[in-house]
Amino acid sequence: MKSLAELKAIRDRMQNQMNLREDDNEKRIRVVVGMATCGIASGARPVLNKLAELVQTENLSNVVVTQTGCIGLCQYEPIVEVFEPGKEKTTYVLMNPEKAEEVFEQHLVRGNVLKKYTLSSTNL
Amino acid sequence: MYRSHVLVCAGTGCTSSGSDKVIECFKTEIEKAGLQDEVAVVSTGCHGLCAQGPIVVVYPEGVSYSLVKAADVPEIVSEHLVKGRVVNRLLYVEDDGESAKALKDTDFYRLQTRIALRNCGVINPESIDEYIGTGGYEALGKVLTEMTPDDVIQVILASGLRGRGGAGFPTGMKWKFASGNRGNTKKFVCCNADEGDPGAFMDRSVLEGDPHVVLEAMAIAGYAIGSDQGYIYVRAEYPIAVERLKIAIKQAHEYGLLGKNIFNTGFDFDIELRLGAGAFVCGEETALMTSIMGKRGEPWPRPPFPAVRGLFQKPTILNNVETWANVPRIILNGAEWFSAIGTEKSKGTKVFAVNGKINNTGLVEVPMGTTLRTIIEDIGGGIPNGKKFKAAQTGGPSGGCIPAEHLDIHIDYDNLISIGSMMGSGGLIVMDEDTCMVDIAKFFLEFTVDESCGKCTPCRIGTKRVYEMLDRITKGQGSLEELDKMEELCHYIKENALCGLGQTAPNPVLSTLRYFRDEYLAHVVDKKCPAGVCKALLSYKIDAEKCRGCTLCARNCPAGAIIGAAKEVHKIDQLKCIKCGACMDGCRFGAIYKE
Repeated sequence: MKSLAELKAIRDRMQNQMNLREDDNEKRIRVVVGMATCGIASGARPVLNKLAELVQTENLSNVVVTQTGCIGLCQYEPIVEVFEPGKEKTTYVLMNPEKAEEVFEQHLVRGNVLKKYTLSSTNL
Repeated sequence: MYRSHVLVCAGTGCTSSGSDKVIECFKTEIEKAGLQDEVAVVSTGCHGLCAQGPIVVVYPEGVSYSLVKAADVPEIVSEHLVKGRVVNRLLYVEDDGESAKALKDTDFYRLQTRIALRNCGVINPESIDEYIGTGGYEALGKVLTEMTPDDVIQVILASGLRGRGGAGFPTGMKWKFASGNRGNTKKFVCCNADEGDPGAFMDRSVLEGDPHVVLEAMAIAGYAIGSDQGYIYVRAEYPIAVERLKIAIKQAHEYGLLGKNIFNTGFDFDIELRLGAGAFVCGEETALMTSIMGKRGEPWPRPPFPAVRGLFQKPTILNNVETWANVPRIILNGAEWFSAIGTEKSKGTKVFAVNGKINNTGLVEVPMGTTLRTIIEDIGGGIPNGKKFKAAQTGGPSGGCIPAEHLDIHIDYDNLISIGSMMGSGGLIVMDEDTCMVDIAKFFLEFTVDESCGKCTPCRIGTKRVYEMLDRITKGQGSLEELDKMEELCHYIKENALCGLGQTAPNPVLSTLRYFRDEYLAHVVDKKCPAGVCKALLSYKIDAEKCRGCTLCARNCPAGAIIGAAKEVHKIDQLKCIKCGACMDGCRFGAIYKE
């Protein structure tokens, strides 16, 4: 390594990883994937991994992707909930990796709720 | 790309409570669950809460598990990592009885300010990339490309950073003294990692948890004073620290952050390790340098000070590990940021290794000026078993005790000296009402007698004589005249010993005499040990009212000193009694007492 630019390149690459260990979660957007038996059975794991990967590759340091248990709507799994500080939570249902990517692009990056995938779009 | 990081403490404390097995188990269990590409297992340095180790922290949730055993790992993997359900039974529980989720929410961490320890327990110390990911080596890049050597010294001076190794000498001054004649003479930068105080382990934790910070800081100092060679003097009893330093030096070389022409600026700097054999005196700067030179570790008289003539007769600066750990942050955040923390004359934070009679044994880093009460009661979680606080020893065998009446003292260099103790390197030993202060003084003197290098008479013979006097006092053979003589001898040693070891060796005696003279008098005049520690002065007795004659004590007694038939009140034969206390520990009726 002979330049500060090279040092910065390593820092940027690592920072995405290190952001995961940030303790200050209150100011960040929390994306929670239901990972109980029902969620896993209907394919929550690829969804979780897709979201976690996108957040890190796109360096969205204000977003943290975590998991939770069953929230009782097993027929709508995989479910992804988005908690934004100061806003009402958004519940996305029947997710798959492709839909998750859309949610990431539209909601997490641009801030637009993707109504067509939310729980309120269903006739529950 | 991992969605989750499992951080397991691999510091010395947690390793000895089995964290290496926990790490292994996480790796195999995660593989079994097919999560090896999703979840990373990271070995980190010390989190500070050693009493609760092994500590495991799972991110991104930031959930902390304590006292984790290998047998608990399958449950954490299948519940938390697979299903996202926190394993409540393993959460660290705070005193109020409620489970505290994230460690940062506990009193133990909430009241701390972590600068020197900021990466400990957060990064993998064996990964230079993770260190760089938290801003590592940016300070070195900054000084080499944007600052002159004098600028660097100016920033350190302005920050008010003082040596964390004991005496508290201003770090910037030291660097300034050694900065003359740059480029025309060989100079050295040394790191004192010869942490020898009983009960002190903050330097070890920094080296184990964040070794690169020391390398980076030493290179910065090399640039500031015009040196191209550094030495880290670390004790061989710290095998994990030594191993991680070796890895760190190798990685820094591979990245060109040590060696020739760093960042293409023409600045060369290299670091070598020197392993100490564990002599306490080698923590004294001149003895340490003598030892680096390959000679027997003995001090030399100052002046000349090392900044003028030190290692290999060349100008040398020597700073302690914790001091170094502050330097890169000061360069990056500025002198004002650092000097805004702490008190008027003591800036920044101080790490304390809190141990002894305290619930949360471990490492804490607090701003200078924090009260002793905050450290012991709030962060440390108080004294176990509802006992009363009696005193705290700071500065190890070179320091003194702080009695309960000074619990509200704001800890900084000058306040501690004014009450007859010293900051020292940061060992903080807490003592409760069951501690005999004469016995404690004797313990520390025994240590210095053992560790005196023998070069000067006041230390070699003086400490031995003081120890003998203390020994007689604890056996009830002391006299008031001897007490006075001992105090006089203590002052004599302080004034005449060659180096810091001898000059501070009498401190434990003088400070216990200052605050607990009544205890000395009880030993000398009444021939009693009020705390019930000194064996020669106490006797075990059986309360005839409470004794049921169960014969258990008689059977427990290794000396056959207890007489009495079944269902009759027993008696202890004081001539045969060896005062081991086995009878008292075993008695179910609380019938045995000591006085």
